[in-house]
Amino acid sequence: MMVDRRLIQHFDWGLLFLTLTICAIGLLALHSAVSADLDGAGRSFFFKQMIWYGAGFVAIGVVIVVDYRNIDRWSYIIYGGVIVMLIGVLVFGKIAGGSRRWLVLGPVTIQPSELAKLAVMIILARYFSRRVKPQGFSLWELAYPSMFVLLPFFLIVNQPDLGTGLTIILISGSMALFVKIERRTFIFLGMLGSIIMPIVWFFLKEYQQQRILTFLNPNRDPLGAGYHIIQSKIAIGSGMMLGKGFLKGTQNTLSFLPEQHTDFIFSVMAEEWGFIGASLTIFIFLAVIILGLNIAYRCKDPFGTILSFGVVALIFWQTFINLGMVMGLLPVVGMPLPLISYGGSSVLTIMICIGILMNVGMRQFPSD
Amino acid sequence: MRLTFKSVGSEWYKHRLTFAAAMILLAFMILFGRLFYLQVVEGEEFRRLSQNNCIRLRGISPARGIISDCNGTILVDNRPSFNLSIIPRDAKPKAETLERLLQYVHIPEETIAAVIDGKNGTAAYNPVLLKKDMNRDELAAVEVHKFDLPGIVVDIQPKRHYISRHAAHLIGYLGEISPDELKSGKFPDSRSGDYVGKYGVEKAAEKYLKGKAGGKQVEVNATGQVVRTLLTVDPVSGDNVWLTIDIELQKKAEALMDGLVGALVAVRPDSGEILAMVSSPSFDQNGFVDGMSHGEWRDLVSNPFYPLQNKAVSGEYPPASTYKIVTAMAGLEEGVIDAHTTFFCPGYYQFGDRIFRCWRKGGHGTVNVQKALAVSCDVFFYQTGQRLGVDRLARYAEACGLGQPTGVALSHESSGLIPTSAWKKKRFGVSWQKGETLSIAIGQGYNLATPLQMAVLTAAVANGGTLYRPQIIRKRENALGEIVYECEKEVVRRLPVGSKTLEIIKKGLWDVVNSPRGTARLARIDGIDISGKTGTAQVFSRKNEDTSWKEITLDHLKPHAWFIAYGVRHLDQIAVSVIVEHGEHGSSTAAPIAREVIRAYFNQPSKAISSSLGR
Repeated sequence: MMVDRRLIQHFDWGLLFLTLTICAIGLLALHSAVSADLDGAGRSFFFKQMIWYGAGFVAIGVVIVVDYRNIDRWSYIIYGGVIVMLIGVLVFGKIAGGSRRWLVLGPVTIQPSELAKLAVMIILARYFSRRVKPQGFSLWELAYPSMFVLLPFFLIVNQPDLGTGLTIILISGSMALFVKIERRTFIFLGMLGSIIMPIVWFFLKEYQQQRILTFLNPNRDPLGAGYHIIQSKIAIGSGMMLGKGFLKGTQNTLSFLPEQHTDFIFSVMAEEWGFIGASLTIFIFLAVIILGLNIAYRCKDPFGTILSFGVVALIFWQTFINLGMVMGLLPVVGMPLPLISYGGSSVLTIMICIGILMNVGMRQFPSD
Repeated sequence: MRLTFKSVGSEWYKHRLTFAAAMILLAFMILFGRLFYLQVVEGEEFRRLSQNNCIRLRGISPARGIISDCNGTILVDNRPSFNLSIIPRDAKPKAETLERLLQYVHIPEETIAAVIDGKNGTAAYNPVLLKKDMNRDELAAVEVHKFDLPGIVVDIQPKRHYISRHAAHLIGYLGEISPDELKSGKFPDSRSGDYVGKYGVEKAAEKYLKGKAGGKQVEVNATGQVVRTLLTVDPVSGDNVWLTIDIELQKKAEALMDGLVGALVAVRPDSGEILAMVSSPSFDQNGFVDGMSHGEWRDLVSNPFYPLQNKAVSGEYPPASTYKIVTAMAGLEEGVIDAHTTFFCPGYYQFGDRIFRCWRKGGHGTVNVQKALAVSCDVFFYQTGQRLGVDRLARYAEACGLGQPTGVALSHESSGLIPTSAWKKKRFGVSWQKGETLSIAIGQGYNLATPLQMAVLTAAVANGGTLYRPQIIRKRENALGEIVYECEKEVVRRLPVGSKTLEIIKKGLWDVVNSPRGTARLARIDGIDISGKTGTAQVFSRKNEDTSWKEITLDHLKPHAWFIAYGVRHLDQIAVSVIVEHGEHGSSTAAPIAREVIRAYFNQPSKAISSSLGR
């Protein structure tokens, strides 16, 4: 009983409040995004997302119950399970929109690549927490965990899903930088990176190359991908200060925006709620991240600290890339905005991440 | 392993977290800054774009390549066609706008009804075609009353214009792309509603003639009128194609074939370039572009002389006596006869218990191979053929390019037919009878050849024994005027004949035209060296070979008339093959036509003598 009360004492109510707020915002935005075709397809997205939110909160509840230090013990099992699922996707996954990313399990369709982000993060936290030292990690010491990162990376990039693969690399890189890399190793990797970039270019598929070139100069392809970026900027910009009002976004209702219930949902919001509403939303994301960093700050053991940081990195990168993309700062890649973009697996993953943060935060007792 | 600090203190982590926080804050500052820029700094401009004006994508059709003859005379080009469309979303109020429009332009009721019933949804931004190819009055009226007609759009599409009505089969025509063609993947850049080549060179060179579509991003105002163009991707015009034919020669040849049913092919023996290709009767290709009435289309397809068929490459006829060249070649090369071998022709030949007649009732007397070619003695060739056997004859025929397509870049080319004993067994289940070889040897029976094949063979004899691939495109220039393709002569194979044998055959062919008893004396021209061979192809097989050469009064039973020839003057040559269906005698019907074509070729003032290719 004593332990329960302390847990409740240290529970991060602020984080819970922010999460609920984001979900509310998400429902409003989604409702507007699908209002254009409220015949069938649109309606189902809305209700499905609500159900995923519900499932997400249940997941948070489950994740909180067990001490996060146990996750350390199960990290290999989790990782193995995710790899099995990824292989399953390649073998008998569902194909939609030109790629094979989903597994159908009865009434539910999940996207294992989303869960892979979690698995990699946990494995890395486990590895790094045991071997942290002031000088940082050498190349050799990084080689072993790199394999754990590269395996799911290649499985995912083959789906093809460059966006998620990139996220995994970014999260892993952020975590490695956080636990410090030896200076000379860092320089070496930097040089290696600049050599690999042109090689990677050749492996990119035609449309992916086009996307990058178009991003660098949207006017290059004003009839194709450049058109979408231009439309998104118009949607966002036309919101001006106060927005056009709920359900009144013309860019949205005229279907100028592609993927308006997933990747470009922020554009819908910005058009309708203006700078006030849009910056408030961005601020809420920033607040979640700050709270996450705070939990890491208060954490007294390496595993918890690094794990929390990993969660923060995941949320940060997804948010930054999605917002950067719809505002024309980054090339177009498939990247959902956490909790707001439609997508069950993404919602679940982010909720689990929040749950992990709460878990770590709750258990930092002064006496330990 | 204990989850406690080993080598770093908690301060170390806190330090790094603070640094990370600073980086993250910086990133978010960038995001806020960008948002501010888009919504506050440029907000007005974006609002303007989204609210009052809209951005639309409009495709720009590429100009199709122009087709000219070998001297650059334009045969096919493009003319503008003005199409009328409505964008339902912009045309408010829809019913009244349409009513006003009908005052100026006639539009069928069904089209109007479809637009009025049309759903209002996101597709309402796409233009709906109301009328194609408005005339000048309609266009003027619409343009003048533009402001009363919101949502009405006039758009210019290039339309194919077949200037010269000649070489219709060779040039071909366009048609709307079919769903099967779209699915096949052979037209990756085409969409539904595009016109693609369906026949002839229009089809063969479709990929090059088509060009690449462009597009533009336009800003339109509330009534759908284009206010300004934001960005344009220019279309790339298709390549211009220069054919190998000479339009003057083509015109002359078509005039000569006018009123007849048949085909004519004229080709350059030194390169394989086709100088003229005629198939009669012909048709007006503009009908495919402008649209034909139901009746007109029905007339075309039910015409018993098949005007849509290119008889030059698709028509298969028994080669008749023109085939004797092959028999002579085979006989001399195989050694069953030589230049001095003679046979006696009394007007008939007995083989087994059957009588095979010669076309000349009284016979030709003693003839050698050269004489036999000149007078077209059937008996000589019956005997030669009998000694060779059908399979050896078939080998030589195929080595002369018969029985297989020439590979010209036109669709629907027929292969003709060269029978062998194996073929007959497979086809009819019956063995080859030796007597049938005799018919084969004089080009009757199962033998079938196209006028193009015979022209190519004639050209090979003329040039000394090389079969060239027939060429129809001389060169292609891109939109900038750069030459991107020039045809080169392509050797298919050499004739199965040595130079001595060829000499003998050529002498025989020369005699056909120039010796007193030659069957084509009508083909002579002073000053030009002409050699050739006549042929008379039976239309139906006689019940018994005894029937003499009676006058046949029913036209459709009259035999086809062949004449193949080559003319030489100084170093220049031309080869021609002509077939006139039911023309009866090659000598009187077909030969004069070939003669006039050859005469026209050598008399032309602008003939490009220097255009022998790729020595």
